[in-house]
Amino acid sequence: MIRSSSIKALEERKGFIITNEKTVEKDIKCNEDSLAGVVSQRACVYSGARVVLNPITDAYHLVHGPIGCASYTWDIRGSLSSGAEVYRNSFSTDLGEKDIIFGGECKLSLAIKELVERYQPELIFVYSTCVVGVIGDDLSAVCKSAEREYGIRVVPVQSTGFAGNKISGYRAACDALMDLIKENNNPAEEKEGINILGDYNLAAEMWILQGYFQQLGIKVVAKFTGDSSYQEIKKAAKAKLNIVQCAGSMGYLGKEMEKEFGIPFIKVSFFGIKDTIDSLRKIADFLGDRQLKDRVEKFVRKKSVKVKQELEFYRQRLKGSRAAIYVGGGFKAISLIKQFNDLGIETVMVGTQTGKKEEYREMKELSKEGTVILDDANPSELENFMKERGADILVGGVKDRALAYKMGIAFCDHNHERKHPLSGFEGVINFAKELDMTINSPVWQLLRSDLND
Amino acid sequence: MINKNLQSINVNPCKMCMPMGAALAFKGIENSMVLMHGSQGCSTYIRRHISTHFNEPIDIASSSLNEKGTVYGGEENLKKGLKNLLKLYQPGVIGVITTCLAETIGEDIVRMVAEFKREEEINDLAMIPVATPGYGGSQYEGYYLTLRRIVEELATAQSRQSSPKINIITGNLTPADIRKIKRILNLFDFNYTLLPDLSETCDAPFSADYKKIARGGTTIKDIEEMGTAVASIEFGFLVDDNLSPAWFLEKEFAVPLYRLPLPIGLKNVDSFINLLSRLAKKDIPAEIMAERGRMLDGMIDSHKYNAEGRAAIFGEPDLVYALTALCAENGIFPAVVATGTKILDLEKKISKLTDNFTEEPIIIHQADFAVIRKHVQQQGVNLLIGHSDGNFITEKDDIPLVRTGFPIHDRIGAQRELSVVYEGSMRLLDKITNTILQAKHNSYRQDLFERYYLPVKGGGKHVFG
Repeated sequence: MIRSSSIKALEERKGFIITNEKTVEKDIKCNEDSLAGVVSQRACVYSGARVVLNPITDAYHLVHGPIGCASYTWDIRGSLSSGAEVYRNSFSTDLGEKDIIFGGECKLSLAIKELVERYQPELIFVYSTCVVGVIGDDLSAVCKSAEREYGIRVVPVQSTGFAGNKISGYRAACDALMDLIKENNNPAEEKEGINILGDYNLAAEMWILQGYFQQLGIKVVAKFTGDSSYQEIKKAAKAKLNIVQCAGSMGYLGKEMEKEFGIPFIKVSFFGIKDTIDSLRKIADFLGDRQLKDRVEKFVRKKSVKVKQELEFYRQRLKGSRAAIYVGGGFKAISLIKQFNDLGIETVMVGTQTGKKEEYREMKELSKEGTVILDDANPSELENFMKERGADILVGGVKDRALAYKMGIAFCDHNHERKHPLSGFEGVINFAKELDMTINSPVWQLLRSDLND
Repeated sequence: MINKNLQSINVNPCKMCMPMGAALAFKGIENSMVLMHGSQGCSTYIRRHISTHFNEPIDIASSSLNEKGTVYGGEENLKKGLKNLLKLYQPGVIGVITTCLAETIGEDIVRMVAEFKREEEINDLAMIPVATPGYGGSQYEGYYLTLRRIVEELATAQSRQSSPKINIITGNLTPADIRKIKRILNLFDFNYTLLPDLSETCDAPFSADYKKIARGGTTIKDIEEMGTAVASIEFGFLVDDNLSPAWFLEKEFAVPLYRLPLPIGLKNVDSFINLLSRLAKKDIPAEIMAERGRMLDGMIDSHKYNAEGRAAIFGEPDLVYALTALCAENGIFPAVVATGTKILDLEKKISKLTDNFTEEPIIIHQADFAVIRKHVQQQGVNLLIGHSDGNFITEKDDIPLVRTGFPIHDRIGAQRELSVVYEGSMRLLDKITNTILQAKHNSYRQDLFERYYLPVKGGGKHVFG
């Protein structure tokens, strides 16, 4: 019998934290408003929208609001581009007190005008922020009139910060994308190829996937939104299939595109050997081409033999470690547990900011009895459970890195700042290598005597 | 002087918002926590920004306002947030600060906080409300306004100390800088209060018993006694009186105010050290004089290299002022001097520093990086000095950046950077000089070859790199 975790958390947080007991059928509470005062790790609606749209590399991302919103999101993600670099700028209307009192629409119109005059953009996204939602600027009207005046696309993103959470922001971004896709929809056109949804080309991850598809002879029509462009997105409606990786952010777009254009979608994951192989097979199955299936089998055999050999070295150095996971979405948490299982690492704690019920069920399925599972956790809880469950490593966001280090625990940057790819066959090795670099660093030996005092 | 704000768009911000400054100020108060009244994103983004600079855990709570709270008022969220914060962290001080959202919907946090204290029968906890709308100014104003509010709330004319103290209002300095200032004050045998004091809280030693709220910081007791000090030294040279904590102490408690530039650069450090000597009625300790001598010696060693420097300096106003002084006294021409903050008399103060040059610097307030970059290109700048966002220019125009100030996100060790007093100023100057030298060494062979070498007929071509 595994004892229930002695839950050191506030009463109101208790439903959001469960201990994995295989015989107990109890769902975790999730997808609710964050509790005030507890230092939730979540951000806002705007942040959700911005991260999804940001990798559209030739778009002008104009944040309509006070400066902070643009300042804190300026080029902070490791999304790479093979073409334009426009997306790495941060444009803001920099609203001041007067604008708040008299309304910001006028300044927004002027800002768009200035953008047009200075840079000749083809596509501008205009993001709404908290104050804009409160003072009631009519974003749609301003954008529409700018479109008429300049003959370009000016797409409003309804991402008022307080109006929901990060997931609402993903939706706002997907709505903006739909707006662009619809522009060129031609139902008579013959469908071909696939769209990749939910990969943001962090540290070249999209390029790795594209490379696979190129070798396998699968045409990629549009990418959402890693290394993407306006022209590319406009073509998306002609794809035969949507593959959705990060379902948290892009599942909604998949569903909308199915409704609107009749394009079916399948969920995929390219994190870990097994998921990568399964996903490639799923795509080949769907496209139903015998030869393609053969090509996939040959491809994955060749790739996985090599990777498995290399991985063995790391498995020997890592097995027996205990991992804690706290990431943004459920999809990533699930693939991490699988990868840890592969490496002989036990997951002792797993949580996400925005996971869904079915994703938490899968985490329970994949992890062992006694694993702490938690939704919308805060630093106090992370600290308590990592200590209690004796975690050796935390995989998490940038904000959690300092906490792990202060506790003398290794850390894996499976976050948007990463500078080496963690997906596909290549990513499997990079991931194991990163774990090895941190878990087996000589630094921890020096700390041990301090920690055991 | 150029005011970028005549345009309607900010392209790549060179400033942050008021709540950021407020959070930084409270980080230097002992056993304190901050609750931001607003939507969840503000606290999360600000935590990330501060945490990756100091490499320290930064916990900032939010009242997590949602649609309901925005429409019907956020009082319930705020009070609930405060209760939860108390349970989880047991702080001795809570800074209750607002954001754009709370200010726009007109939240009266002063009343709410007072009510909360009454309802919960709280007597032994300092709760300090500060109105910091993100659109009200930059982090610079947020920082000083917060210090001002802390002092207004807590300072008294009563002292339990027998020997008098001096107050130092530290600017946004690094923990290593603050530790250095403490050592200097100790050499003069001063009794002192530093406000704020991030030296331990934002650079905490590793310890087996991790504490959610880092040890250190200015104590409440010390702040309470600030009204009885013999003097206040404020390193906020460009701060408006209305935001100045030391100005308040002078008006309210007649504590004499000495407003000094940040002690970076020989002359600025001299002003600080001479003032300390005067206040202490003591000679300058030999150790400090030796440090000064070494700085002079170092300045001579590097003066010729420095003469080739044309710098663009950007960041928070006081730091920009001090860095300009350091450059100017070492013969590095401060070709572009810029801050994202609105400082009306910036030009008057900066141009006094650059009299010895034959050119006039470009001085910009309310700057963004697009404007800074434009002038960097026009002025033939070969050196950038400022926080890590300047890397945007380095990447595009291949001009090296000496990282100093806040934030530094792409290098490690910002909390350990020492740039104050003679030793720190010299370290910073060395870094600047070495950056000039590195650029020179990287290019002089090719430059000279291209300029002077006449190809010999039939001779081979020289290949570089």
